[in-house]
Amino acid sequence: MTTAAIATLRTGHLTTETVNRVTQREPRASAFAFRGVRKSFGDKVVLDGIDLNVEAGTFLAIIGKSGCGKSTLLRILAGLDRPTAGALDVGSEDGTHARTRIMFQEPRLLPWARVIDNVAVGLTGLAKGREAKERAQALLAEVGLADRAGEWPSVLSGGQRQRVALARALVGSPSILALDEPLGALDALTRIEMQGLLERVWKKQGFTAVLVTHDVTEAVALADRVVVIDKGRIDLDLEIPLPRPRRHGAPELAQLEGRILDRLFGNGRV
Amino acid sequence: MSALQGWLARLGRESIGWALPVILLLAWELASRAGLIAGNVLPAPSAVAAAFWRLLVSGELIANIGVSAARALVGFAVGGSIGFVLGLANGVSALSRGVTDTTLQMIRNIPHLALIPLVILWFGIDEEAKIFLVALGVFFPIYVNTLLGIQSVDPQLIEMGRIYGMSRGELFLRVILPGALPAIFVGLRYALGIMWLTLIVAETISASSGLGYMAMQAREFLLIDVVVLSILIYALLGKLADSLARMLERLSLQWHPAFQTARS
Repeated sequence: MTTAAIATLRTGHLTTETVNRVTQREPRASAFAFRGVRKSFGDKVVLDGIDLNVEAGTFLAIIGKSGCGKSTLLRILAGLDRPTAGALDVGSEDGTHARTRIMFQEPRLLPWARVIDNVAVGLTGLAKGREAKERAQALLAEVGLADRAGEWPSVLSGGQRQRVALARALVGSPSILALDEPLGALDALTRIEMQGLLERVWKKQGFTAVLVTHDVTEAVALADRVVVIDKGRIDLDLEIPLPRPRRHGAPELAQLEGRILDRLFGNGRV
Repeated sequence: MSALQGWLARLGRESIGWALPVILLLAWELASRAGLIAGNVLPAPSAVAAAFWRLLVSGELIANIGVSAARALVGFAVGGSIGFVLGLANGVSALSRGVTDTTLQMIRNIPHLALIPLVILWFGIDEEAKIFLVALGVFFPIYVNTLLGIQSVDPQLIEMGRIYGMSRGELFLRVILPGALPAIFVGLRYALGIMWLTLIVAETISASSGLGYMAMQAREFLLIDVVVLSILIYALLGKLADSLARMLERLSLQWHPAFQTARS
């Protein structure tokens, strides 16, 4: 980031144009691209022409009010729903189909499988037996639960369960990780801790993260790029060129957050 | 906590359920000896114990228990496995459910003991009659609870399994069946109760061997101690079957919060 950009941020006169201009770096390969994606359930149009190209390794946040279609977008990305019209290109360098994993608001662990076996579910069709156990154990260590491998999920706290779900999603080394409000059900302090963990593993593993959230603070704290969806369309597409690790409550973050909120609620005309 | 201490503590916890029956038995014996209960109404426990010893030595008791247990097990195996398989099929396949469920629900509303006259006409008082009745009685609790268990598996978990690329077989073995297991065990324990009930009724009405037959014979000869003994043995066998089912349940549902014992 250039000093000019920091100056712009500091003074608070920030527009999409200036932000976009400061992020000129080497264009990377596309992780996925939505091309004119529409989705309707009966008469109800949920997505109304989404065009979105995301570079590999980006941390993208998608924000919107409830019912705006953000979860549907994520389900299409994860292959759980098909678009009514348009297409989704999911590519990777070697031309094979990139592996996408999705993590939900609820951890969806198998209550009858030990923590480590739950993580190993993420290796279905990829690894078996000892290799699966070892890889699962390594991921558990990554999320800080190495010593809980033999427990039942029912004895873990909500945050720990969500960390197991994260380990399960990542153990198969996906190239895209879709996150559907994974921290939505956690208390505020656990959330901040989980945001740090998420940022750390994302940096280390280098996957493309797509985080759907209704928490603007969370989006601005974590993402390289924030997309606001309103009535099934992209309403705002904003780069967040701030250095990491970002400090909670920094004025630059607050300023961007304000802009996004203004856009969501029409400049204070709530 | 040492293993021995733990074992003793468990023994204490589990034996508390036996305190009341033992006290009742003592009171009963005392009342009989004091002449408060007439011997031809209810024999003293010691008289029942004597009858037990007499029949044990003659071999009659073991033979009759063997015959009854074999009927119970065969009937349970036949009815239970048909109920289990149909429950699984109807839980997994909407087509199978559409074809068979209405019919089964209609049959379920007929009390199976009402079929006794018909069954006697069909099979006489042979083994098939008892086995048929037990199988029919056991079938429905197993069928209904297996179906219910499969239908109540969290659809979010099934979606999760699909996302992670589980095949249909894997999905069934790793998600659907374990999820349905608690309900299947409820059905199993309920079916065991029905199994004994059906067998007692069937053997009392039409049989030439077995515990129920032994009780009916004893009634003919006014051997009231043998009648009471038969009833007690039914109670013990019922309790034994239930304990076995509970043990199986505890072993296979360790993950369930209701079965987790605090770790030291």
